[in-house]
Amino acid sequence: MAVKYKKLNLKDKYQYLTRDMGWEPTYQSKKDIFPEEDFEGIKITDWSQWEDPFRLTMDSYWKYQAEKEKKLYAIFDAFAQNNGHQNISDARYVNALKLFLTGISPLEYAAFQGYAKVGRQFSGAGARTACQMQAIDELRHSQTQQHAMSHYNKHFNGLHDPSHMHDRVWFLSVPKSFFDDARSAGPFEFLTAISFSFEYVLTNLVFVPFMSGAAYNGDMATVTFGFSAQSDEARHMTLGLEVIKFILEQHEDNVPIVQRWIDKWFWRGFRLLSLVSMMMDYMLPNKVMSWAEAWEVYYEQSGGALFKDLERYGIRPPKYQDVANEAKNHISHQLWSTFYQYSQATNFHTWIPEQEEMDWMSEKYPDTFDKYYRPRYEYLAKEHAAGRRFYNNTLPQLCQVCQVPVLFTEVGDPTMLSHRQTVYEGERYHFCSDACCEIFGHEPEKYIQAWMPVHQIYQGNCGGSDLETVVSNYYHINIGEDNLEYVGSPDHKRWLDLKGLKPLDSKSESDQDAV
Amino acid sequence: MSVNAISEYKAEHRDRVENFHGMQVLFVYWPHHLMFCSPFALMVSPDMTFGDFLEQVLKPAVASHPDGAKADFLNAEWQLNGDAFTPEASATMTESGIDHKSMLTVTTPGLDGLSGAGF
Repeated sequence: MAVKYKKLNLKDKYQYLTRDMGWEPTYQSKKDIFPEEDFEGIKITDWSQWEDPFRLTMDSYWKYQAEKEKKLYAIFDAFAQNNGHQNISDARYVNALKLFLTGISPLEYAAFQGYAKVGRQFSGAGARTACQMQAIDELRHSQTQQHAMSHYNKHFNGLHDPSHMHDRVWFLSVPKSFFDDARSAGPFEFLTAISFSFEYVLTNLVFVPFMSGAAYNGDMATVTFGFSAQSDEARHMTLGLEVIKFILEQHEDNVPIVQRWIDKWFWRGFRLLSLVSMMMDYMLPNKVMSWAEAWEVYYEQSGGALFKDLERYGIRPPKYQDVANEAKNHISHQLWSTFYQYSQATNFHTWIPEQEEMDWMSEKYPDTFDKYYRPRYEYLAKEHAAGRRFYNNTLPQLCQVCQVPVLFTEVGDPTMLSHRQTVYEGERYHFCSDACCEIFGHEPEKYIQAWMPVHQIYQGNCGGSDLETVVSNYYHINIGEDNLEYVGSPDHKRWLDLKGLKPLDSKSESDQDAV
Repeated sequence: MSVNAISEYKAEHRDRVENFHGMQVLFVYWPHHLMFCSPFALMVSPDMTFGDFLEQVLKPAVASHPDGAKADFLNAEWQLNGDAFTPEASATMTESGIDHKSMLTVTTPGLDGLSGAGF
C-alpha cells in the first residue's frame, strides 16, 4: 500500500517547529534550566497565554531574509560601482553616518548578544523563538549597516574604526552604557527596556531621522538598508507590544516592577536620543523635520495613545515625560553646542550652521532658537572668522547614569544647568537630572562601577595625560583628519574638488583653526 | 544590596580617590556661562591652595570667555556641594573642605555671560 505524506498546514508547522521543540524536563529542575526567570520578581503563571507576535518558522525566516539580502547587496554593489557617495547633498551629511556607525551599529551587535542571551532564559518556547529570531535580525542589522557605510569609508574620514571607538571614545559611552545597563539586567527588564521602550515606544525617533535623513540627502545605500530592515523592525515592534501585555496580564505583582522599568528606560532612551536630536537639526543639509516636530508626533502623540491603552493594566505614562516634552525645544541646540566645542575629540566634524539653516530653526523653534541659541552661533562665527575657532580646553562633568555631559537645563530656565548630586557610601555622585539621580538611587551598585570616560582619562587609563595623545593613541581618531572644524577639513576639500567647486572665501583654503 | 541579582552582589566604586594617583577630581560650575556646556571636570592636588587653583586652573579654563579676564573669582559668591562657601586663598583644597568629586559653584553677579542668554 502506498504511504501518503501530507504537507503540514501553517498552524501545525508552527506548532511543531516552535512549541513542540520544547519539553517538560523529567530529571532536571526547571529552576536549574532557567535560573534567571525569578530573581527580578516577575511572576509568570501560565506561559501558554503567550501570543506569538509573529508566526514565522525558521525555514520561512531564512527564505525571506535571504531574498532581502540578495537584493540589498546588489544595490550596495551598484552604489559602490557608480560612486553613489557623489550624489549626497553635501559632505557635511557624512558626519551623520560617522555618528551612526560608531554610536548605533555597535548597539545592533550588542542587541544581537542581548537577545541571544535572554532567548535562552525564558521557559516559554514562544518567547525563546521570538528572541532567537530577533538576535539574528540584530546581527544582520549590524552587518548590513557596516556594509552600507563601508563605501563612504573609502572617501571620507572618521569611519575607519567604529568598534574600537565605541568602546572607548568619551561620547560613545552614552550609547554603550545604555546597552550595558540593559544587558546586565534580567531577561524581563531587558525585554521591557529594548523590545518595548526602545523598539516600540521610541523606535521612530531613531529610524525616521536617520533613514529619512538619508533619503532627503541622496544616500541611497543607507536608504536601502532602511527599507531592508523595515520588516525586521515590524516584527520587533510586535514583540515589544506582546511582551508588555503578557507580563502585565500574568500577575498584578508585575505592574509596579514594569512601571519602574518603563520610567527608567523611557528616560535612558530619551537621553540617548539627544544625540539623534542634534543629528536631525544640524547634520542634515536637507532637513526632514525638526527634532521638536519628531518628538511631538512620534512620542507625544503616538506615545500618548499607547499609554492611554495601557491604562487598563494600571500603567501610567513614564515619569518625567513632562521634562522630556519641554526639552524638545532645547536639546538639539544644547547638544550641538557641546559637540562644537569638543570637536577636537570627536571622529566627526562640526560647524556653524548656515544662515538659511538658522532661519529654518527660528521658524521651527519660535520660542527658543532666536533667544538662546542663535546668539551663540553668531558669536562663535565671529570668533572663527577672527582665527579663534572655539574649543573647550577642559573636560566636562558627566552624568553618572546616562553619561552625557551635564549640559541639560532646568525646566523653565534654559540658562541654568540641571545638576544634581548625592553621596553614596561616602562617595560623591553627580547627575544631569532628577530622573537620572532616581535611577541611580534605585540600583546604585550598577552605576558606581560605571566606566566614565573623563574619570578614566584622569586615572591614566587612556594612554596619556594630555587630550591629544588620548584622542590619537587611545581613541584612534586621526588628528587633523577625523576631528576639528568641518570648514577647511580634508573631507571639505575633497568634496569641493569632487564637485569642481572653489571655496567661497580664503578662510576655507587655510587650515582649520587648530586647537 | 538594593540591586536585584541572582546571587550576593557587591560592586566597587570605580572612581575612588585612590585611583587618581594622589590627585582628586574637582567640578566647577560658573552659572550663566553656557559657552562652557557643562561644569568643568578638573584634576587638582589636595595640597593645592585655593589661590593657586584660581590662577593656575580656573582662569585658564575660562580664558576663552570675555567675562573670564574680568572676573574677580576670589571675591565672587561660592557654593561647595550646594552650601555657602567662603574661599581662603592660602588654604589648601583639603583645608578648605574640598574633597574628592566635590562641586564648586561660582556666581559672578554683573558678569552674566553674553547676549542675555547666559552664554
